[in-house]
Amino acid sequence: MKIGKFKLTVLRLLVLGLAIGVWWALTDPGFLPPIYFDDPGRAAFFFGKPFRVFEIIINWFVSGEIFSHLGITLLETALGFIVGSVLGLGIGLWLALAPTASAIFDPYIKGFNSMPRVVLAPIFAVWFGLGVWSKVALGVTLVFFVVFFNVYQGVREVSPTVIANARMLGASKRHLLRHIYLPSAMSWVFASLHNAVGLAFVGAVVGEYLGSAHGVGYLILQAEGTFDINTVFAGILVLTAFALLLDMAVGLVEQRLLLWQPKTSETEPV
Amino acid sequence: MTTTGTPALAFNDVTCRFAARDGGEAYTAVANATLMVQAGEFVSVVGPTGCGKSTLLNVAAGLLAPSSGTVEVFGERLVAERGVNRRAGYMFQADALMPWRRGIDNVVAGLEFRGVPREAARRQGEDWLRRVGLAGFGDRYPHQMSGGMRKRLALAQTLILSPDILLMDEPFSALDVQTRQLMENELLALWAESRKSVLFITHDLEEAIALSDRVVVLSAGPATRPIGDFKVELPRPRDVSEIRMTPGFNELHREIWNAMKEEVLKAYARQKAA
Ligand SMILES: Nc1ncnc2c1ncn2[C@@H]1O[C@H](COP(=O)(O)OP(=O)(O)OP(=O)(O)O)[C@@H](O)[C@H]1O
Ligand SMILES: [Mg+2]
Repeated sequence: MKIGKFKLTVLRLLVLGLAIGVWWALTDPGFLPPIYFDDPGRAAFFFGKPFRVFEIIINWFVSGEIFSHLGITLLETALGFIVGSVLGLGIGLWLALAPTASAIFDPYIKGFNSMPRVVLAPIFAVWFGLGVWSKVALGVTLVFFVVFFNVYQGVREVSPTVIANARMLGASKRHLLRHIYLPSAMSWVFASLHNAVGLAFVGAVVGEYLGSAHGVGYLILQAEGTFDINTVFAGILVLTAFALLLDMAVGLVEQRLLLWQPKTSETEPV
Repeated sequence: MTTTGTPALAFNDVTCRFAARDGGEAYTAVANATLMVQAGEFVSVVGPTGCGKSTLLNVAAGLLAPSSGTVEVFGERLVAERGVNRRAGYMFQADALMPWRRGIDNVVAGLEFRGVPREAARRQGEDWLRRVGLAGFGDRYPHQMSGGMRKRLALAQTLILSPDILLMDEPFSALDVQTRQLMENELLALWAESRKSVLFITHDLEEAIALSDRVVVLSAGPATRPIGDFKVELPRPRDVSEIRMTPGFNELHREIWNAMKEEVLKAYARQKAA
């Protein structure tokens, strides 16, 4: 059964309204008789109050206070993504095309990949300080492996016939790298773009949360320090909305970059 | 076309053994094959499926080193380790286009690798697209084309470089009868004008006779080698659809088919048993 676009939007908004309604009903002091907490203000202390949260968010945007924090988080995300991708692409290409080096480094790559790399955050804070770079470093360690494994796969997936054909057409080693391996690897990297950007964002926010002086993660950290649960929720909502926007932007970029790949169904209904 | 001068392509006693992956017995695909293609000659190779035709072409292309024996290209020994056969163009049996390049960019790839300026390459590319009947399809990606269109694109990609030797592995088997005859005539016209040496592989005996100066029949694998060599002395220029009607054609067809029949049955029985 196919549902109309308008109806779908209405139903989705209804779910959102309902969720906020339930949130409000359960946390508004005195609206419901006490079920779990004896003190009527207690629920709001733990779960915040939806309208207070929206007020904080609106204030952030009206006063413009949030923009510098968002800007910093975005900068960290972008840097983490770019540096991680370039490293992943370079090292991935190199190892995929050099069997000996690949065999030597294989266990270490696997080891680093299985390590829960968020634990590195405090070390990066010591190495790079509490500024932007410790967050970028964390993002890089997260993004690198996603890109690396995809590049590796991309190089190995190239059809041997395509390579043989290019060689017969006169391609040198450099041509093969530039015109065969790189495009094939890039298609795999683009396919993991959502994942990589998402992880860069996680790196930035977690880094901020563990110690910083700027960024949305810092806002949350600060609010938690004063048990200001409303601000914590406001920060979480802003982060979520921002992550969604980022994901949409990536989707647009992806559409342009992956033109050459077949989609499952491309016929247009008449 | 008599045997004068150095041949364009010469297989001398070529044997190809493939090592088995799982430690089993090695498989001898081609054994002691000797075969020449004179300069300007059009030679077709027919043989039952799986007998080693593609293997022979890979050896001629310098993509595969034979286990023993040599290949000479215009008198010079071809060594696969030192690179591919630079004087040959190869049209593969499998899809070999670069899926991330549009049609036109696939056609001009060889020119690009040779450093031909973009504009000039593009002009030639458009011209070749027209010649293979793909004018206006240059901005499509391979996945947006039909199997036959991709084959014709691959043909343009190979021919645009004007190689001295053409290696073609069942280039027209994916085309419908009409398009196929158009392409065959196009290939013959092109060959008549530039006199390339062609080594042409096909399953289709009629196609082989209609196009070639010589038809070589391979035995069924394993240990494939040429078992028959038939001169086709039909007049040129030919039209592939008309030449099939001539008595000379039919006689030759019967003769070659008699030589092939046994091998085809052998190959079939062997594959059924395996
Ligand atoms: N890389 C390889 N490793 C092992 N065996 C191989 C390899 N390549 C080909 N063979 C075997 O060699 C034989 C000949 O293969 P080839 O591809 O040359 O056949 P063909 O004559 O081109 O067949 P077709 O007409 O079906 O294309 C086959 O039995 C095949 O299984
Ligand atoms: Mg074959």
